[in-house]
Amino acid sequence: MSTHPTGAARLAARFAACKAQNEAAFVAYIMGGDPDVKTAQKLLDGLPGAGVDVIELGLPFTDPMADGPAIQAAALRALKAGVRTKNVLAMAAKFRKKDQQTPLIVMGYYNPIHHMGCDAFTKACIEAGVDGAIIVDLPPEEDAPLRAAFDEAGLALIRLATPTTDDQRLPTVVAGTSGFVYYVSVAGITGALVPEADPVARAVTRIRAASGLPVAVGFGVRTSEKAAQIARVADGVVVGSAIVDAMAQKGVEEALNLTQRLSGAVHHARSESTS
Amino acid sequence: MSTQTQQDIWPDARGRFGEFGGRFVAETLMPLILELESAWDEARNDPEFAAQMDAYMRDYVGRPSALYHAERLSEEFGGAKIWLKRDELNHTGSHKINNCLGQVLLAKRMGKTRIIAETGAGQHGVATATLAARFGLPCVVFMGATDIERQQPNVFRMKLLGAEVVPVTSGTGTLKDAMNEALRDWVTHVDETFYVIGTVAGPHPYPHMVRTFQSVIGREARAQILEREGRLPDACVACIGGGSNAMGLFHAFVPDKNVRLIGVEAAGKGIETGQHAASLKGGAPGVLHGNRTYLLQDEDGQIIDAHSISAGLDYPGIGPEHAHLHDIGRAEYVSATDKEALEMFQLCTKLEGIIPALEPAHALARVADLAAELGKDGLIIMNMCGRGDKDVFAVAGHLGVKI
Ligand SMILES: Cc1ncc(COP(=O)(O)O)c(C=O)c1O
Repeated sequence: MSTHPTGAARLAARFAACKAQNEAAFVAYIMGGDPDVKTAQKLLDGLPGAGVDVIELGLPFTDPMADGPAIQAAALRALKAGVRTKNVLAMAAKFRKKDQQTPLIVMGYYNPIHHMGCDAFTKACIEAGVDGAIIVDLPPEEDAPLRAAFDEAGLALIRLATPTTDDQRLPTVVAGTSGFVYYVSVAGITGALVPEADPVARAVTRIRAASGLPVAVGFGVRTSEKAAQIARVADGVVVGSAIVDAMAQKGVEEALNLTQRLSGAVHHARSESTS
Repeated sequence: MSTQTQQDIWPDARGRFGEFGGRFVAETLMPLILELESAWDEARNDPEFAAQMDAYMRDYVGRPSALYHAERLSEEFGGAKIWLKRDELNHTGSHKINNCLGQVLLAKRMGKTRIIAETGAGQHGVATATLAARFGLPCVVFMGATDIERQQPNVFRMKLLGAEVVPVTSGTGTLKDAMNEALRDWVTHVDETFYVIGTVAGPHPYPHMVRTFQSVIGREARAQILEREGRLPDACVACIGGGSNAMGLFHAFVPDKNVRLIGVEAAGKGIETGQHAASLKGGAPGVLHGNRTYLLQDEDGQIIDAHSISAGLDYPGIGPEHAHLHDIGRAEYVSATDKEALEMFQLCTKLEGIIPALEPAHALARVADLAAELGKDGLIIMNMCGRGDKDVFAVAGHLGVKI
């Protein structure tokens, strides 16, 4: 029997631990099965050692409408290697056998989950030690079936708030959320535009107040400098495309080196003098 | 436009047609879709908007389109009397302009300053670029690289009209990929951009909005056939890509239970080969491009690329209202192959002096069977939704002719 919390509670514990240290959490996104399961597993297993607090594992989909070129290409590489949802969940299960402390959530699109069925997907997540999910094209208006299954299982269905989420809509977005809220820092696709720290700070304050949850900020954070800036104002910083690119161009080792640098920048951001 | 009749009970407040439709979009787009929905609700209840539409429909699009008795085709097929709804005579050569006019007028009304669209055959792109030119709005059209190759005349037309045509190389470079790219553009330019979707698909309120703009086809056809024949037809037949010309023809006839509604999907090289675009016959319910509907997909819910000789039908989904009409049994869905469409393209041209687009040529293949089945007393209306000028080069290629 595991003594560690699981699901939404594992996420909450990690965010609380970071907060206790006055650090932002570093959240890393990688694509499951990119370029193949074996290589991607190496990267996944190396993430906690590179200072990653929360792992987002991408589920490949043929039509990633919210993603920029880097993550689109990663999904296509994985699919071409024959990687399917069940293979990515198997990666998570393998990871979980060795690491019971690092929260791991999956991130993807709804159709593969719809096809599997919300209950079956939830069961598969529990078995794989997955703690939650972000489903990009499943807004609050449509997520009731998956939310019901996740709630019952104690898994976090993490919602996205964006620059277009105004005060009127924000309560709908944060109602019934758990784990954390993902703030999409720019109106756009992943990896395209670079967020400005000031408007991000205002949004984080607003969302934290409305949700009572930690707020992680992602989309467009690529450099240590930007990651540190965001770390000073948010509870978590998400980097995806930059790591995915490093993996594609230079391989596992370099991707982990970059991750290490980014996590260092995030963790030390608040103790270092700000510019 | 606002009176609630039997065929208007769907979509419901959540944008559902039975179990289909909805709003499956990224959160960034959700507020925009809600804004669009309220602007659309206002516009469709505003007599001034309706009057504006009517005037442009008459003077710019050229409506009403004729209902034409295709005597020689009727004779050839040896059965029912065939009437063609001549939407290929519209300005720009297809039914697509009915919808583009409505959406571009709505964009103006909402104060949007930039128009984007996806296109497959290029007909929707041309119609959108045409109205953008007319109303002085910059226009960007996303088009799959494969489609750019096979619809060169339309690409040049769009450019002449001042639109920027952006080639999309992701996926197979066809309509679905163009739609992904248009959605990516929309999330990036949220304030000023209006996305003109070309068929009865996408997130709510698009399927409702597009149906409403296209329903002029069936309203006219219903009145015309009553005037000419003194009775309703036995069947209405239309080809289906996303389903907008079909929904446009069907909508007015939905309460007429004795009128069969028949949609013709593209069977490509044959449904059994796996290379087709027949989402209802060869797909399963799923979620893509903002709505729940029938999709071509594998056992993991990954989308399978469609195949059709016709770029306008080359889409792995279908509008959610068709999925609903299919499941409740109100409409029938059949299919026609690439080969059949090529044959009908030539037959219709030779017998009627009408060069059909490859899309409605698919519908004609099933009209042939249906005419025989219904016999001499039967009446069929087929939507001749586009003209074939755009396809002449591609067809020449398929027939091994160099031009
Ligand atoms: C002439 C014509 N017919 C049909 C279609 C298919 O669209 P829909 O099924 O929405 O009518 C197209 C699309 O490009 C077209 O150009």
